[in-house]
Amino acid sequence: MLGFLKEPVVVTVEINMNVMVLTLMGLISRLWGLSYPRAVVFDEVYYGQFVSLYMKRIFFVDDSGPPFGHMLLALGGYLGGFDGNFLWNRIGAEYSMNVPVWSLRLLPALAGALCVPLAYQILVELQFSHCAALGAALLILLENSLITQSRFMLLESVLIFFILLAVLSYLKFYNLKKHSSFSGSWWFWLLLTGVACSCAVGVKYMGLFTYILLLTTAGLHFWHVIGDQNLSNVSLMCHFLARGLALIIIPVAMYVSFFYVHLTLLYRSGPHDQIMTSAFQASLEGGLARITQGQPLEVAYGSQVTLRNVLGKPMQCWLHSHTNTYPIRYENGRGSSHQQQVTCYPFKDVNNWWIVKDPGMQQLVVSNPPRPVRHGHIVQLVHGITTRYLNTHDVAAPLSPHSQEVSCYIDYNISMPAQNLWRVEIVNRESDTDVWKTILSEVRFVHVNTSAVLKLSGASLPEWGYRQLEVVGEKLSKGYHQSMVWNVEEHRYGKSLEQKEREVELHSPTQMDISKNLSFMAKFTELQWKILTLKNEDTEHKYSSSALDWITMDTNIAYWLHPTSSAQIHLLGNVVTWASANVAALIYTCLSLWYLIRRRRKIYDIPEDAWQLWVSAGGICLGGWAVNYLPFFGMEKTLFLYHYLPALTFQILLIPIVLQHISDHLCRSVLLKSMFTALIVAWFSSVYFVYCTFSPVTYGEPSLSVTELKDLRWKDSWNILIRKQ
Amino acid sequence: PWVRQKSSCSATLRSSCSVGPAPAGPSLRPQPRQPPPLQDYISMRAPRPAHPPRTPSPGLRRARPGAAGHTALRMPAAGRGRAEPGLPRQRESRAPRRLPAHPAAPPAAARPAALALVILLSFASRFHRLAEPPHVCWDETHFGKMGSYYINRTFFFDVHPPLGKMLIGLAGYLSGYDGTFPFQKPGDRYEQHNYVGMRGFCAFLGSCLVPLAYLTVLELSKSLPAALLTAFILIFDTGCITLSQYILLDPILMFFLMGAVLSMVKCNSCADRPFSASWWFWMSLTGVNLAGAMGVKFVGLFVVLLVGLNTMYDLWDLLGNLSLSLVSVRTFYFFFDSPVISQTAVLYLHGPGDGFFSSAFQSQLIGNNLHNISVPEHVAYGSVVTMKNLRMAGGYLHSHWHLYPEGIGARQQQVTAYLHKDLNNLWIIKKHDSDTDPSDPSIPVEFVRHGDIIRLEHKETSRNLHSHQHEAPLTRKHFQVTAYGINGTGDSNDFWRIEVVGRQAGKLIRVLRGQVRLTHVATGCMLGSSGKILPKWGWEQLEVTCTPYLKETPNSLWNFEDHINPKLPNISLDVLKPSFAEILLESHMVMIQGNTALKPKDNEVTSKPWHWPINYQGLRFSGVNETDYRVYLLGNPVIWWLNLVTIGLYLLITVSAAVALKRGVQLTSELKDLSRVVLRGGGQIMLGWLLHYLPFFMMGRVLYFHHYFPAMLFSSMLTGITWDTLLKFCAMFLSPSATARKVYGAGFLALVLLIIYSFYLFHPLSYGIIGPMASDPSSPMAGLRWMDSWEF
Repeated sequence: MLGFLKEPVVVTVEINMNVMVLTLMGLISRLWGLSYPRAVVFDEVYYGQFVSLYMKRIFFVDDSGPPFGHMLLALGGYLGGFDGNFLWNRIGAEYSMNVPVWSLRLLPALAGALCVPLAYQILVELQFSHCAALGAALLILLENSLITQSRFMLLESVLIFFILLAVLSYLKFYNLKKHSSFSGSWWFWLLLTGVACSCAVGVKYMGLFTYILLLTTAGLHFWHVIGDQNLSNVSLMCHFLARGLALIIIPVAMYVSFFYVHLTLLYRSGPHDQIMTSAFQASLEGGLARITQGQPLEVAYGSQVTLRNVLGKPMQCWLHSHTNTYPIRYENGRGSSHQQQVTCYPFKDVNNWWIVKDPGMQQLVVSNPPRPVRHGHIVQLVHGITTRYLNTHDVAAPLSPHSQEVSCYIDYNISMPAQNLWRVEIVNRESDTDVWKTILSEVRFVHVNTSAVLKLSGASLPEWGYRQLEVVGEKLSKGYHQSMVWNVEEHRYGKSLEQKEREVELHSPTQMDISKNLSFMAKFTELQWKILTLKNEDTEHKYSSSALDWITMDTNIAYWLHPTSSAQIHLLGNVVTWASANVAALIYTCLSLWYLIRRRRKIYDIPEDAWQLWVSAGGICLGGWAVNYLPFFGMEKTLFLYHYLPALTFQILLIPIVLQHISDHLCRSVLLKSMFTALIVAWFSSVYFVYCTFSPVTYGEPSLSVTELKDLRWKDSWNILIRKQ
Repeated sequence: PWVRQKSSCSATLRSSCSVGPAPAGPSLRPQPRQPPPLQDYISMRAPRPAHPPRTPSPGLRRARPGAAGHTALRMPAAGRGRAEPGLPRQRESRAPRRLPAHPAAPPAAARPAALALVILLSFASRFHRLAEPPHVCWDETHFGKMGSYYINRTFFFDVHPPLGKMLIGLAGYLSGYDGTFPFQKPGDRYEQHNYVGMRGFCAFLGSCLVPLAYLTVLELSKSLPAALLTAFILIFDTGCITLSQYILLDPILMFFLMGAVLSMVKCNSCADRPFSASWWFWMSLTGVNLAGAMGVKFVGLFVVLLVGLNTMYDLWDLLGNLSLSLVSVRTFYFFFDSPVISQTAVLYLHGPGDGFFSSAFQSQLIGNNLHNISVPEHVAYGSVVTMKNLRMAGGYLHSHWHLYPEGIGARQQQVTAYLHKDLNNLWIIKKHDSDTDPSDPSIPVEFVRHGDIIRLEHKETSRNLHSHQHEAPLTRKHFQVTAYGINGTGDSNDFWRIEVVGRQAGKLIRVLRGQVRLTHVATGCMLGSSGKILPKWGWEQLEVTCTPYLKETPNSLWNFEDHINPKLPNISLDVLKPSFAEILLESHMVMIQGNTALKPKDNEVTSKPWHWPINYQGLRFSGVNETDYRVYLLGNPVIWWLNLVTIGLYLLITVSAAVALKRGVQLTSELKDLSRVVLRGGGQIMLGWLLHYLPFFMMGRVLYFHHYFPAMLFSSMLTGITWDTLLKFCAMFLSPSATARKVYGAGFLALVLLIIYSFYLFHPLSYGIIGPMASDPSSPMAGLRWMDSWEF
């Protein structure tokens, strides 16, 4: 019964002092003087505004990546008690007292510091010596660019941390002995791999490439598991399902949950509302929701509506008409119908109101009970203020001559009959008898006579059309395009029988009651789609660079300059490390090719297990470098030096691997070996020396004199700021 | 004849009918019905396309008497594609046990007959109604025109390499077309012009595709049914037929592509007898075809990639073969690679070389090119020059009598970069502070030096190169560059500092070799060309901006190219002439730029790569309205969807086969053979499909449906192989019971029948149709518009 008491309770604690010391050094190097400078540094101006918006719970869309990274930064602000009141408008602006600079910068700095022991562990898990592992960690520790990037409110260090964590936990998982399958630690490391991967992807989309690399590696390893004929089919299936669950299902679920938290946190409307659809906007507090709250849901005959184009490009706009007519002749000599203009207008206006009318009845009010309009019904659209009917006919549109002109019909008695019947087609219907719903339904208006579709052409009209956007009838309506789809935004049931009354009614704000909310998945899909498709036009920046410049570090980025002295912070790497990393990658590639060809000819230069280590280490490190670097060549966005840092981290890990391999297998004699060791020591001191030399521009202090700054300009292409005396 | 055949069949039941070696033999030769396919096709020229021989049901009826004892396998081999039916209760009862356990490949004698049938059907389907419609269809307007240019020896520029257009020109020339038809727009009537020759040439190459695919599949799978299935798919695919019938580059490209694949496959199977005659033959044919494919369209690059990967794989195999010494491996490297690579290179270079030659020739006539002319070496004040941007495919600094439209910067005269020679490219170098007439002979020549501040006056319009702090039209962060002033009088924003890369102050500036940078004095920005294409108002020339980011990229460097100064002595610049390699590189950059410049316009609904395999939307080749003669490029939906399903099926089969092998499951030798065919042969084809399809997802240019057709060829071959394997597997699974053969035969027959029936339904798409649209119930195509996105 009490047998367990027979043995003494023994706690054996094994502490790897290497890891402890490295962590400590990492923390010191990254956290030292963290709140200096107390000013906005480089991209803090960009991420800071999102932190503020999180604090104020205001919705935003950032096309640079998913929200997890922003949320982590905001967490720092939350812990520091930041109220979000700071105007992030210019780099170098002094922080006001309410900004908790230290806690805002804490999380990225911690992530950066933890990369040091992670690097150590990865090399150990790759079965390299502790000496090599220590070398890797020290190289990461003394890498100026990683230090700079970690010490501010930026996301790269967080990304690198999660990437390294994912790699490490996968290696831990893989190195577990075969008999420990499905044990606690087996599950722990496997699940941690998946979680770290999804966090990496959640911080920046670049994390996706490392995720794919790990998936490929896991697939290859699993292929060997398949070949293991001692495993029964059932346990093979279990292995497969466990990996699928941990490496695919959980990451996807976590990724979605980031958005869930994001959308739960941000429930107020804000500056980016208009990018989203009306339905989305209506789900946010304030903004459109305030207007649409309490509108009737179902559009009925007699409804007064505003119609918004779903495309939202070049800007959001509503179907609009005004008393002016199309000019009889355009500048290029073509003629028009001279009827009332119909345009798309980007501002709220009383002229955006239209009344849905039943062609068979005269009245413009909603009957009691209301008769809802359904998919396929034929309606007329009456412009509220001018009481003219939306019409299109075989006349070329003003700017898009291949499409039909859309006008509000004026009867000139010139044998040009009105063609004002439109069929309502609900695009996102579930059945063919769906009712046309406010905000939710996306509707196409198909002209009954010509089967043209009401479309926003995107061109803006000349002076006579007040630069509003052109609306046309598209005859060749190929497939689905958002420019042909409209949705009702504001809506009320019309009650006024007389035109005068109606005008008053149109001017009054809508007021009634029902609320409608989008499901989370619909919101998620829309937001995700917007993030992926939103494009910023600016493709050039003073410090932008091309991917080719990064390998040789031909560029730098000036992050901050002291307002009076010449203290400054630059993103500048440790030149020796960068060069050695390149050389290591080159040596690795050449050696591998050489071994590979020789092995094919059955000549084995190194023992089989050393070869396996060599291949797996290279696969992770060189592969990690390649997947984090090469995709940039195909990208059209603005690129900066800091985009290279994840790739660089992997490349640095390769240096000790190559060094140890050379010393173990290529230095055959003792003399050679000791010479090589001496060389390594000399080289390492030069790394330390360069770190010390550049630390003033890494940490921003002390302020250097002009000559010292000039001496730091080791490459002509570096842009070191020197004040004019 | 039917009776006779029946008897002969039942007499020689086992060997001749079930497996089908003998059909080419005596029993068929006397048959009057042997040649009918051609006659049938000729009779199809009647306006009503739905004629009896095509419909399966009459065929079925007629064939029944002879059906006894025929297997599906044999039918096509016997040259009677329509007689498929009669499967076989009788056969089964007569000789069930004599059938082999699985349908082995028929003896070699059946193959020529099958091949003949395939060729016959293929040619018949492609040449049927070739001359219809007698007007320009779709892209004929481009390629026909370019063919005419070759006949007329007119120089032109196009985004595609020249071989395909030269071949079209040659075909036209040989068939008596005189190159006088203007090919202005689709729908123009050909009238008396002889266009059938050119169409016939394309249709000929298009027909060759089918036998090429047939032979490839036969070689890969060693299975006649698989090859026949592929052939039927391609013969009866409306898309392939349509695309082969007009003056287009695609049939030419696909011909070379399939030729390359076939010779690669053949070459692989001679790998055990290297350096034999057939090895050499196929090896060199691969090179020729690759060069041909590359010379027609850049898409040919993908097949080069395919062959390259395959060769690398082979070499790797060879390297592991320890019975070969390293020396012989090296020889192999040499011989394996050299013919393919060198031939590809040489032939490819020859093709464009001719194109370039004509370009040089042309420019010599006009006399404004670098060749054989001499210019003064150093630039001086008063010189008339052209300035060329140093970026690849950069243009000449250009201006013309047009203003920037309202709302885009200041409303001043446009300055652009223009790719072609033009008088508007000429600029005069003037001093910034004096306006003396440089042509005055009394003034001594003064050279421009590094660091000088100059003014550039546009010769035609006498306005100065000017910049100011307005945003540039496309690159928002740069400044706008305009031409400003009247008769050379402007303001201080016209001053530019001229500097040469890598020179000190005071040095002279050389023509051509001096890399010049122009810095705007007032704002400190640099003159550059962003390489973006201006919209219509800028005549689609390239944007010129003044960039505030002082980086030394080719975008912001210029050189002087033409240089006219009567006061200076000319030197010959032959030394400075670019080498052939440079011209080649440059011209390719221009072509690639032209290609990527075909960007979709805003809001334009374009064809997306994911549309293609599902046959989402076709292309109108001719006609829109009810009264028009309408031809619509659309794949036979049954075939395309079959292909699509097969890709999924193939992946499933591959994975299960690979896993089974890896798990060490004991397989019979037949199963091993099957999995080898699927993994090796099917793998090659699958790779081809991927290489010809996936890259399109990354292309920014406008894409069209017909870009998928090379990939579709691979997909069809994959279908042949996969279904043959699948049916064999099913048959094997059921064996040794007698139903095995039946399942195999019935499956194969069902597929072929399905294909033929669907072709019967959809053939008006290719051969043209007049009358009501498919939405009208009275149309022959009524009810066939299965997807709303189809437009017929």
